[in-house]
Amino acid sequence: MTDQQAQNKIKTEEYFINMGPQHPAANGVLRLILTIDGEIIKNVEPDLGYIHRSIEKMCERDSYQQIVHLTDRMDYLSSHINNEAVCLTVEKGLEIEVSDRVKVIRTIIDELTRIASHCLWWGVMGMDLGALTTYFYAFRDRELINDIFEETCGARLTMNYNVPGGLMFDIHPNFVKRTKDFITHFKTKIPEYDRLLTGNVIFQKRTKGVGILTKEDAISFGVSGPTARGSGFSSDVRKHHPYSAYDRVNFKEILFTEGDTFARYQVRMMELWESVSIIEQLIDNIPEGETKAATKAVIKLPKGEFYQRVETARGELGVYINSTGNKNPYRVKFRSPGFSNLSVLNHISKDVLIGDLVATMASFDFVIPDIDR
Amino acid sequence: MTNEDLQNIITGLGTDLEFNTEGSEFLNVIVPKEQLHSICSQLKSHPELKFDYAFCITGMDWVPALGVIYHLNSTELKHEIVVKVMVEDRENPTLDSVHDIWQTADFHELEIFDFFGIKFNNHPKLRRIFLTPEWEGFPLRKDYVDEANMIIK
Repeated sequence: MTDQQAQNKIKTEEYFINMGPQHPAANGVLRLILTIDGEIIKNVEPDLGYIHRSIEKMCERDSYQQIVHLTDRMDYLSSHINNEAVCLTVEKGLEIEVSDRVKVIRTIIDELTRIASHCLWWGVMGMDLGALTTYFYAFRDRELINDIFEETCGARLTMNYNVPGGLMFDIHPNFVKRTKDFITHFKTKIPEYDRLLTGNVIFQKRTKGVGILTKEDAISFGVSGPTARGSGFSSDVRKHHPYSAYDRVNFKEILFTEGDTFARYQVRMMELWESVSIIEQLIDNIPEGETKAATKAVIKLPKGEFYQRVETARGELGVYINSTGNKNPYRVKFRSPGFSNLSVLNHISKDVLIGDLVATMASFDFVIPDIDR
Repeated sequence: MTNEDLQNIITGLGTDLEFNTEGSEFLNVIVPKEQLHSICSQLKSHPELKFDYAFCITGMDWVPALGVIYHLNSTELKHEIVVKVMVEDRENPTLDSVHDIWQTADFHELEIFDFFGIKFNNHPKLRRIFLTPEWEGFPLRKDYVDEANMIIK
């Protein structure tokens, strides 16, 4: 209570409200318990588990091939990248070297997945801030990627195209042509996105200087992905620990130092261009080769611990497998990017308005099954 | 920095440390639980180590011991290690919290408390984060049985 309020005998009181688990500004079942004073947030306490399925416990029961299928139910917008993370870990354990063809195809589909995920994020971010049109623009283009996936993998969202040792089957004959057509189309659409939303004055006023995350906090809280790169924390796994074909393509790691919501927005928008560039470098030069290395029907990893990380659309996904030499793992841990990114939300949302929290959350790009697992 | 150099520096930070690289791509340091907090804070502050990024914190049930695995990275010096700590007491397992060293540990310790029942001293607010408050038992322990919800092959 300020002196002025005390003089006027105005009493204020903190109280709490629930944001979620069903809330239009959280694309999933995330419940935030907000302690507020008027419209000023004093504390944000996430209450998780509304979509917790204990995937880690299920993995201890399943064989290595079966685990792959569980992972696209975590971050469903990066499903191919999640699958790849498990496959790379198993391949590391078995010391299998997959063919160049597999590496290149995996990388192309990774980047298509990233574009699709960033498209959805862009549409939803605009919608969260009241710009409904973005959603339709983004979904129009994302649909084209889903069609490519459907033709090659047989599924639009939970693709299951990776298996330990390679790919389930070869790419569809139309894949190269359709991907090239999409890239040509999409390059004309990113400037359209910028014209529609990036330069909008209302949008800029709602995002610039809002939800500032410093680089030190980003590192300490284990924040990764575009969220961390908006704060200048160079955390791109594709650069620091290259996997698949990322060591043979040229791309920039996008870094901004402002750390606000607009910086995180710009990182993702510029990453669209980098993804397009990676696909262009690879799509004409898919090497010939086998699409699956020979593996035994029952995979047994040697005794030991295996760790593999990949860069999903949301950040660093780590897969830790502890094997005792049996056909199922002793312990599997998924270090999901969303869970660590969420932990910083309370820290940067103290003494801000509820509307600014919505903008900050939109720029974090949460996928709730990724947090809950 | 190579694993040998890391081992030479870390040996001086505490007593009775065990080192192991077998079956793992990282240098594993097994720390007695009484020294966990002091060693972790030195790992972060030592000018030649600077482990400032805890990129993965995993709860473990090595029957009979429970424990925690910390995967650490230095964003400046680019080296990595794994710290392991074990606690024998299954009835009332307790470890020191490291959330004041790496703030990401706050949430990861909640997750480990929820699934393994390890309590963390000095944690700001230890609570069930995924499961409901009245949930009985700790699901990721190897001796957990739930006949209604688990399919066991």
